[in-house]
Order: sequence, then structure tokens, then C-alpha cells
Amino acid sequence: MNFIVCVKQVPDTTEVEVDRESGTIIREGVPSILNPFDEFALNEAIRVKEKTGGRITVLSMGPPQAQEALRKCLAIGADEAILLTDQAFAGSDTWATSFTLARAVEKLGKYDLIFCGQQATDGDTAQVGPELARQLNIPQMTYVESIEEIDDGSVICKKETDGGYQRVKSGLPALLAFISTPAFEPKIPSIMEVMGAKSKTLSQWGIDDLGDEDGDYGLDGSPTQVIRVYSPPQRGEGVIIEEPPEVAVDKLIEYLESEGII
Amino acid sequence: MTEEQKILRSSIRDFAESEIAPVAADLDESGEFSVELTRKMADMGLFGIVVPEDYGGSGMDYLSYCIAVEELARIDGSQAATVAAGNSLGIGPIYYYGNEQQREEWLPRLCCGEILSSFGLTEPDAGSDAGASRTTAKLKDGKWVINGSKIFITNSSSEISGVCTVQVVTGMRDDGRKEISCILVPNGTPGFTAEKMTDKMMWRGSDTGELYFEDCQVPEENLLGGRGEGFHQMLETLDNGRLAIAAMGLGGAQGAFEMALDYTREREQFGQPISTFQVNAFKLADMAVEIEAARALLYKACRLRDQGESFSKQAAMAKLYCSEVMGRVVDQAVQLFGGYGLMKEYQIERFYRDYKLLTIGEGTSEVQRIVISRKIGCYDV
Repeated sequence: MNFIVCVKQVPDTTEVEVDRESGTIIREGVPSILNPFDEFALNEAIRVKEKTGGRITVLSMGPPQAQEALRKCLAIGADEAILLTDQAFAGSDTWATSFTLARAVEKLGKYDLIFCGQQATDGDTAQVGPELARQLNIPQMTYVESIEEIDDGSVICKKETDGGYQRVKSGLPALLAFISTPAFEPKIPSIMEVMGAKSKTLSQWGIDDLGDEDGDYGLDGSPTQVIRVYSPPQRGEGVIIEEPPEVAVDKLIEYLESEGII
Repeated sequence: MTEEQKILRSSIRDFAESEIAPVAADLDESGEFSVELTRKMADMGLFGIVVPEDYGGSGMDYLSYCIAVEELARIDGSQAATVAAGNSLGIGPIYYYGNEQQREEWLPRLCCGEILSSFGLTEPDAGSDAGASRTTAKLKDGKWVINGSKIFITNSSSEISGVCTVQVVTGMRDDGRKEISCILVPNGTPGFTAEKMTDKMMWRGSDTGELYFEDCQVPEENLLGGRGEGFHQMLETLDNGRLAIAAMGLGGAQGAFEMALDYTREREQFGQPISTFQVNAFKLADMAVEIEAARALLYKACRLRDQGESFSKQAAMAKLYCSEVMGRVVDQAVQLFGGYGLMKEYQIERFYRDYKLLTIGEGTSEVQRIVISRKIGCYDV
């Protein structure tokens, strides 16, 4: 079977700096990691491939330095990696990103499953996976925790819902967006695997490789225009009233009145 | 750094933080050598890093090896020591000087972590004066008969120690000096006893042994390389080993610096974080500078070696400088921790102790200065 895993390199910090001029994240000087949700998705792909056999291709759109994240994917167990990198892709929103990924998936040809992380820890939109499925016109399952069964024609997934779990079946090809589980321990590649990754193919594709020059690429192809990015104002410390309910209610009313809320 | 080296660094860092950090303090306290952890390090490919894949190694260069040791030492000196000694002193001589049969017999088992090997050089009365070795090997009926003793030998007395490269006197040369050779002696050979040395101040989670040879017999073909080549083999082995010891100093300094920086940014006195007092901020700035300089020096020495150039002087410089930088960094770091830095509850206390071996083992700081002063021509007058 042919599996495609879409990954993103993200800054390794919760305190990302924002460029006030462009409203985009400053990536220079910030250590980068593989998006943890994508890492989970890749591990699930590797687990499934061990049973079914086949080939895992990792796909990412990003700047040239995202090669490092792809090299790590190869060390963890992917067979091949492709980096979609071109000045023309710069400034993409989720729609342009999924459009670009979709062209690459089509160029790759036959595939059975696309694995995505539910969201990236930098933008947190959780849109690229579903949009990619829409662009390719294939079924999608989101909030997937694991693949329970898979055969030539269908896949059964366990997906999280607000109240518990659903077991969902889909035909193939399909796209799965994975959440991570608390018990998940990322695979640490050994030195042999790091060295083994060196001999695997890591290609770079630009707009000329994908074709459709007038398509929704980059900033021009993005319906979303970022007007301003800003950090939310810090919330003040809360007030905790530690009294028995009969006393606490009076104190609460007194407090709300003093603040002019009631 | 290459992409592979960056991934290697992050892999070993992840491994050290998730597998070693949680147990390092306990192993230090109990003085226990962990076979389980050693095997996990072997599964990561940490033994035989520079050995070609044909023998079960990882086939990386020396800079990669030192990056791996640096990352281990950032978390725990003992485990870094097991790996550094395992590669430089254990695997190194067998790989570089062993014949094909010896390589095939030992390297795959060493690289997969089934066994550890050690380098028996230091003797109770032959430390810096390594040429004063008194352990002898006499050839008799196709066998070497070994008598003598060795001390402070890392990885020699654990339950998975499998073989020791023992430096012995095999006769007298025509010029009246001792003929020194290296012989492979498997642990368990009758007449060879390895006793674990306990109550160490540092590297308490690593294995250190005292070795005794009493009419210990091994086949003639256990000679490593040629007869009389032992002294040269030892000098080369120590050149390599110095790079790894330097990496331990660098990594240990890095770990201590990070702890000190984190602590001083949290700890408040007089109503402000103590890192914002200039007297402390300058200490941290000096640490950062020295660590950066130490890293540049060590990596340069590694690159020279990887390019096949002479690196002996730079190896001695790196070993001297990195180990002494760690000394200065841990000293200031404990100072910044104040009273807490004296308690075992804080990891910095262990770093403070572990550092001390680095200015003594594999050539003291004084011996490094002898090597360097010779190389720069002080005595060529």
C-alpha cells in the first residue's frame, strides 16, 4: 500500500515571536521541531506499514531548512520525502497550502491513505487536513486516534468525540487527521537509523514541478489575508473565595457589586 | 554541522533526557553500573559509532561521536564515561590495530552492547609514567603468560565486561628500553581477576575495575598488532580518547550552565531574580563564552582528525581546556545555587563531583601541558 504523511516543521517554543510588520511568525533563530501531531501520524503510518507492507512518502511544504524535519522522518522510518519549496509558495494560508499539497499528491500518483496531524502547534488551525481531502475529493476522518483495521478497500478508525469514541469505516483512498495520545512516546531514531536516512531520497519540488502556474499558490492564492497578529492581553489574577457556600455567596455579591458588574 | 549531525544531536538529547535523566541520581547514589541502561545505549548505536557498519558499527565520523558524548555528558557523566571509554579505549584499539580475525571476533559483539571491552594501561606504580609498566607477558609454548596488575580500568569489571586490551612488557629492545605490546585478554580467562572498585567520588554509575594477572595464559595470536607496537598504540589511543574526554567536559559544562541559568532566573532574593544581579549575570556570561570557545576548539580538533590531518596537539588542547572549563563552570554554578547546590537533591552537586576525573583521567592536565609544550617547540632548542 502507498501511504502519504503530511508534516510541518514548527518552532520549538510556546513563546513564538511575531513580526509586527508582516504579522507572521519569526522562524529565524528559533529551534525547529517536527510538529508533534504529525510525528504521531507518522508513527501510526509506520505501525500500519509493518502489517500491510508498502511505502511511506512524507510530504511537507516549507522553507529549505524544513529538510531537517524530513530527514528526521526518514530516520524514524519513512521511505522517501519530498519538500515543496519555492518563493511562489511563500505566504500561503491553509487553502493555498492544501492546494499545493494536493498538486503534489496528484503528481505522486496512486495512494491509499493520507496521514495528517490534526493541527500544527504554531498556527493551530486544524484546517489543512480537511481542506486537502476536499481538494482531492476523497473521504476524511478527523480526530483519529488509531487505525484498527485496514485492507485493500477500506479502513476502520477509532476517533475521539466529545463524549467518547466512534469506530468509523471508510473506503480508500482516504485522509486521516490524527490527534495524539498522552501515552505516545515519540520514537527516538538510533544512530544507525540516522545514518540510514542519508541514503533515502529527499527531493525538492517547486512550482515548475507541480504545474498549474495560475493555481492558488502562495500569498496571491490565499483567501485569508492576515491584517494583524498580536498576543492576547494578559489576564489578571482571579479571586478565589474560600468560604462555606452561605458565606461565599454574600462575599461574591459584594465583590461583583464593588466591581460594578451587578 | 551536517543534517545527520543535527539529527544525531537531537536524538541523543531526547534519549538522554528521557532514559538517563530519570535514573542518573539513583545510580550515582547507589554506585550501581546499570546493564539495562548500557544495553539501551547500545540499541541507540552508541557503541561503535565510528566503526564501519560491516562490523556492526554506525560508520559516523569523530565529530559525530563527540557530539553524542557531549549530549550524554550534558545529562550524566557516568553514562557518558561508559560510552566514551567503550568507544575510545575499548573498541578503538581492536578496530584500529586488530587483525581481521580479531575484528570479526570482537567488534560485532561490542557494537551491539552484548559485551564491553576495556583498555588496561594504568598500574598502581605507572600512571602518568606509562612507560614504567611492570605487567609482563612471556611467550611460552605458543601462549602468552601474563603477570601483574592494572588499576582504574573503566568498563573492565562489570558483568558484561568481555575483553581487556592489556598493555604488557614483552621483553627488552636492542636500545635497552622496554618492549611494550598489547594483548587481548578475555574476561573469565583463568588467572585474570577483575575486581570492581567502589567508593568513588565521581562517575559512580560507571564501572571501574582493578585487574590482577597471575600466570594468566592466552594464545599467542591474541597479540594486538605487532610485538613492540604497544607504546605507539597506547599514544594513539589516548589521542583519540582525549577528544571524547574533552566532549565530556564540554557537555558537562553545558549541562551545569543550563541548570545555573534556569535556577538563577527562578530564584528570587531582595525581590528580584538573582540572574538580574550583575555579579551573577557576569558569571553566567563568562560561562557561556568559555563553553562556546571550548566547543569551537574541540570541534576543530575533531574536524582535523576526520580530515586525516595531525590532531594530536589540538586533542591535548581540547582535553585540557574543556575539562578545566567544566571545572570553572561547575564551581560557579554551585556558587549560584548557594546552599541548595551543596545538597544531593540538586543535580549540580553530582556535576561538581563528576568533573574532577576529567582533569586526571586519560592524561592529567599537567600531562596535556607537557604534550602541548613539546608540540609547540618549547624544548626544541
